Amino acid sequence: MSAGAEPLSLRLKVWRQDDEGSDGRFEKYDLAGISADASFLEMLDLLNERLTLEGKEPVAFESDCREGICGTCGLMINGRAHGPQQGTATCQLHMRQFSDSAEITVEPWRAAAFPVIRDLVVDRSAFDEIITAGGYISINTGAAPDANLTPIPKEAAEASFDAAACIGCGACVAACPNSAAQLFTSAKLQHLNLLPQGQAERWARTEAMVEKMEEYFGSCTNHGECSVACPKDISIDFIAWTNRDYIKAKFNNRKLLGGR
Amino acid sequence: MIGELRSRSPDGPIEERWSEHKFNLRLVNPGNRRRFSLIVVGTGLAGATAAASLGEMGYKVSVFTYHDSPRRAHSIAAQGGINASKNYKNDGDSTFRLFYDTIKGGDYRSRESNVYRLAEVSSNIIDQCVAAGVPFAREYGGMLDNRSFGGAQVSRTFYARGQTGQQLLLGAYSALMRQVASGSVELHTRTEMLDLVVIDGKAAGIVTRNLLTGEIRAYSAHAVILATGGYSNVYFLSTNARMCNVTATWRAHRRGALFANPCFTQIHPTCIPPSEDFQSKLTLMSESLRNDGRIWVPRSHDDERPPGEIPEIERDYYLETKYRSFGNLVPRDVASRNAKSVVDEGRGVGPRRNGVYLDFSDAIARDSTEAVSAKYGNLFDMYERITGEDPYKVPMRIYPAVHYTMGGLWVDYNLMSNLPGLFVLGEANFSDHGANRLGASALMQGLADGYFVIPATISDYLADLLGTQPTPPTHAAFGESVAETEDRTARLLANKGSLTVDHFHRELGKIVWDCCGMARNAAGLKKALSDIPALNEEFHSNVLVPGSAVTLNQALERAGRVADLFELAELMMRDALVREESCGGHFREEHQDAEGEALRDDENFSHIAAWEWAGNRNAPVFHREQLEFETVAPTKRSYK
Repeated sequence: MSAGAEPLSLRLKVWRQDDEGSDGRFEKYDLAGISADASFLEMLDLLNERLTLEGKEPVAFESDCREGICGTCGLMINGRAHGPQQGTATCQLHMRQFSDSAEITVEPWRAAAFPVIRDLVVDRSAFDEIITAGGYISINTGAAPDANLTPIPKEAAEASFDAAACIGCGACVAACPNSAAQLFTSAKLQHLNLLPQGQAERWARTEAMVEKMEEYFGSCTNHGECSVACPKDISIDFIAWTNRDYIKAKFNNRKLLGGR
Repeated sequence: MIGELRSRSPDGPIEERWSEHKFNLRLVNPGNRRRFSLIVVGTGLAGATAAASLGEMGYKVSVFTYHDSPRRAHSIAAQGGINASKNYKNDGDSTFRLFYDTIKGGDYRSRESNVYRLAEVSSNIIDQCVAAGVPFAREYGGMLDNRSFGGAQVSRTFYARGQTGQQLLLGAYSALMRQVASGSVELHTRTEMLDLVVIDGKAAGIVTRNLLTGEIRAYSAHAVILATGGYSNVYFLSTNARMCNVTATWRAHRRGALFANPCFTQIHPTCIPPSEDFQSKLTLMSESLRNDGRIWVPRSHDDERPPGEIPEIERDYYLETKYRSFGNLVPRDVASRNAKSVVDEGRGVGPRRNGVYLDFSDAIARDSTEAVSAKYGNLFDMYERITGEDPYKVPMRIYPAVHYTMGGLWVDYNLMSNLPGLFVLGEANFSDHGANRLGASALMQGLADGYFVIPATISDYLADLLGTQPTPPTHAAFGESVAETEDRTARLLANKGSLTVDHFHRELGKIVWDCCGMARNAAGLKKALSDIPALNEEFHSNVLVPGSAVTLNQALERAGRVADLFELAELMMRDALVREESCGGHFREEHQDAEGEALRDDENFSHIAAWEWAGNRNAPVFHREQLEFETVAPTKRSYK
């Protein structure tokens, strides 16, 4: 049981940047008396309380649910997206993962498609653009048949779910040396492509989403960093499935369009 | 002044009311819909599905969220599941049973017509979600799986591992983005609603702040739909996301919308107890865990032994003993109050003695570790990440935390507030859960409101407005509201006090939790009614908000939200004080029976309390909507 563990003293190196156009810089802060049971974001809350009372500007960082599901938070901690604990979003990372007198470097996601808004806050709206390109099943409200009309083999439902678990945090992009968004896009695509309901639009969806992704993000060269950084442990296999779907989509769409 | 509150609930046999009502509503024909502009605030389950459905129908919709993406709304954090009376398990479920359970679970403080409609559309919701690609749990034959939840004796809860909320919200979000792609919905992200504009008594538009540039501007429309969630963060520590707040509905309240039953708040029994003083939020462990976990505390006080060393005979499985037929599956309010009473007796567990055990050892012995892991693996992992303890080996520690607010803006059967043109959906309204919400019913209500109710009812209001333009944002009322909003923001920044926003929020939360938490009494509520205004005054004179008005400024955002929570907190106390009975989540210590169970007073309190804002210096005005029970007779809830 960790409760009652000794409080930690830490040295933080935090990226500060006024806005997208300004130059950023690291600033150092010493913090003492941090409970090992505190979450990483609670530690930053404490830093901000202190900065505010000292008349300084608090560090801007985003979070919301603080239980690892909304995907709002996301920090590079000592060079790793979401920090040292595998399968864990920043908000679920707790200070017991750090040793006393540790030096911790905190940076925003670094990717051209995610411009810095302020300090540790970035703009991830490129992800929404990819969804808008085709990340849905076109079914109007009221037009659905009975939910049990189409049996879906448990294995297919589970595989789809493994992809659907993506929380859209952007860690995959931040961890990738090419700033590629293949893991995000593949997770979103395979969630729908693996289900019977998703078949009608499968090929159009695949082509549209992949090509929208390529407008913003770098190319995938199979480093696999994305999958390691993913707080939901989404498998890199989905990228392979997407590559296969994309090639098929190129042929199929051409055929459907009459060989144009 | 507001006249008699008309719920516009239809008459006739309960099972025909919704169909009959829909038939009687005026329509807007498909070709005319594009001539109506609608504002939707919030992109959770209710807001996103309302915006998407109305966009599909042809209305011109603008949707606003303060998040960077609609997908982050707090519906995403719901874990356990969503109810529907499909009766796929052949265990005797029906629309009527779901209706009955929900009315009873709500302790007979909700409208029969609304609740029946909710049960009636529940099946369509599941159909719609599956068609949209929501990967609900399935059995090996490929059919949908169900499980049971607190307050019910049938299996009617559809679930998607421990993240049903995320999967449903992704479905709603994808439908919304499809409409964004088609051009029928215009999406405004990182934009927070800070005021409602009312002209000639009707909702005419909203005033927003762009969270990146600080720009405050007005938007007008034929109707405004609020789907902005609940106000649990008035307690500071709750299971709500950090940004959840009451500002949108509170500002509408200050412009004339009635706030109903604000004291009806829900304390969820299975949350992780706080572990340190600077905790920022509490984390829920899905109620579904109560299906297999057994709740207990040591029989003796201040038992210091680790759980494994406490023999069976010295354990008190207090829910199983006290409530034989429901056992660990009693409704949330009952489970919460019982946990409070054993902890108050000094039998709490954990380093701070602030929890009770939720023990899976029997389930693991019976079904295997693998089987338990398949059902709850992600919850167990989450628990371990937060506490550093392995629940496969050591029982979980849980304690109740604030989770949901049944109160909200008053709406009629059409989900329209007393202000014509202002509609309120999901947790933001007060409508369907009475004094206590059953598990797996919040997702159901949000989706019912957004997918099926508002698309049917809004046309009845719009029909009269055909051929009219919305009042342009150049109208003086918009200018005044923009100026007031700018002034509020500027005053917070100019204050330069000596204490932070979080300090005040935390202090407010302590008062609300102590005086209007799991148990309430007149003395505490009266004390809070003097403490809250005093703290509020100090907040406005001594809060320190750093930074500027024209950049991203999270402290400024929080300051505005906390200012509104102060005013709401005062109203909660008033509401709790005048409700001289115990019902659902509202437990007044003066009103309990010899066994400590809640004593409802149907003769005097079978009503909805709806409060009217009367200005900064005046007490709010009380309005009553009498509840009629024609189909089910209110009885004392018994889960024994």
